[in-house]
Amino acid sequence: MAEPVIVVGAGPAGTRAAQRLLQAGLRPVVIDENERQGGQIYRRQPENFIRPAEKLYGTEAARARALHADFESLRPHIDYRPGTTVWGVADEGLLSVRGSAITVQPFSAIIIASGATDRIMPLPGWTTPGVYSLGASQIALKAQACAIGGTPVFMGTGPLLYLVAWQYLRAGVTPAAVLDTSSLATRLRGLRGMMSRARVVVNGVRYMADLMRAGVKLHAGITPQRIEGREDGVTGVLWQDSRGRLRRTACDAVGTGYGLRAETQLADLLKCDFMFDRRFTQWRPQVDLDGRTSRQDVYLAGDGVLLRGADAAEAAGRLAACALLQDRTLPVATDEIEGLRGVIATMDRFAGGLAGAFPWPAHLAAALPDETVVCRCENVTAGDIRHAATALDSPEINRAKALMRPGMGRCQGRMCGLAAAEILAAARGVPVEQVGRIRTAAPLKPLPLDCRITP
Amino acid sequence: MTALFRRVDETGRRPVRLVVDGHEIGALEGDTVLTALLTNGPRLRQNEFDGKPRAGFCLMGACQDCWVWTEGGEEIRACSTEVRDGMRIMTREVPWLNR
Repeated sequence: MAEPVIVVGAGPAGTRAAQRLLQAGLRPVVIDENERQGGQIYRRQPENFIRPAEKLYGTEAARARALHADFESLRPHIDYRPGTTVWGVADEGLLSVRGSAITVQPFSAIIIASGATDRIMPLPGWTTPGVYSLGASQIALKAQACAIGGTPVFMGTGPLLYLVAWQYLRAGVTPAAVLDTSSLATRLRGLRGMMSRARVVVNGVRYMADLMRAGVKLHAGITPQRIEGREDGVTGVLWQDSRGRLRRTACDAVGTGYGLRAETQLADLLKCDFMFDRRFTQWRPQVDLDGRTSRQDVYLAGDGVLLRGADAAEAAGRLAACALLQDRTLPVATDEIEGLRGVIATMDRFAGGLAGAFPWPAHLAAALPDETVVCRCENVTAGDIRHAATALDSPEINRAKALMRPGMGRCQGRMCGLAAAEILAAARGVPVEQVGRIRTAAPLKPLPLDCRITP
Repeated sequence: MTALFRRVDETGRRPVRLVVDGHEIGALEGDTVLTALLTNGPRLRQNEFDGKPRAGFCLMGACQDCWVWTEGGEEIRACSTEVRDGMRIMTREVPWLNR
């Protein structure tokens, strides 16, 4: 086959996929939106920063260093395109842009390793300057050595809540509080699955213990009410404790997130079949054990399809490359495939446990006041979506989008889409999978007005 | 105006100067435009639909809530654009776009 294999994304999954293809003698094109390889969890700081890996990645420093070093040794042998955003698909190939230069790259196959974003639940006041996703709170620290504020509150659910709060504490910024919507009883129910990776659970418990020792209050089973602030920033968070009492925590920033949302838009543009994943309560492309999709030339790996974390992503990237090689009748040892599937199976049990311990609080979307901004691009409110559901009789999210514009803005519903679907479903009284998912349209990200195709 | 972000480390880098809405600010080499603006003030831009201030949200190129302009009218995503010494940034649309 004359055309190359494209790997989209250079995080844990994309890096391992590219490495395995190269081992088999293929020279992949690796397109990555970041200027530097590493993805999000192993995101690298700019070259003139000097903090050691231990300070950036904690217990995962060795893995981060290995992933970065292995990629550096691949670089001379692959066609690496950093700082390049994939934004569309044409008959002639994959469309990407760097600056104003558009490239059309023909391909024989694509391995998508597009990763994930935070899963966001809107809240009155969440567009105030100083409110960030949990991922953003971590990126500020890791990639820019900055804190989002001096006394931040971290609110939402999931393991990232405690990791980020702990990282802030270590950086000398004591969080005002950590507010988790998951109750202690709910967390215990997920513990069995999580014990498949005892080391990770022990780390999590250590983060919580360190936070408590530093006097940081960790509240479980809370209900977020509102973020208070002025035009120049956040002043506090209003929330209900597990007994229903209204409380206020003063703070100057908020980091928020409720687990992760797989970044599936490219697979959608490529017309891969999707399914509703009940475990993660979101739509995702259908894949077999090794990452094959409904399209014979598209493979998926990592958190961009199944939210199993960075260690699983490394194995899944390699496995997707093995699947591609097998499909081309190139030799791949059965042991290798079985070994990788085994690694992923453990991560999968763990991910299932996590999803149970820190569930997506869909009921909060249904309870949002009408005036709450849901789409932060265009300020579409919860009331607008309910209007689409009832007065305009939209049974489906794309109909609601056409009429009232949730998900129509620049982010294409990446931030609001999952919550918007929950609001619509609740207003219609149907399960969320029945209202469908926001259809993806090119360009995936905004293009500059002066962009042009370069050969 | 108070700054939103605070630096916790890596403060020994080479300083750079930027001009934001006509005022000079200081930043450090390796900063993103977002970091440069938010270590100097509380906002990045204003939302096109209600005119209220915004300061980015995801920092990973997904939310598109950190676009600012150069004085030349070029749009840049502040979270993924590194500062250059002498850069001239506008946090509101350049005036000729509003006419």
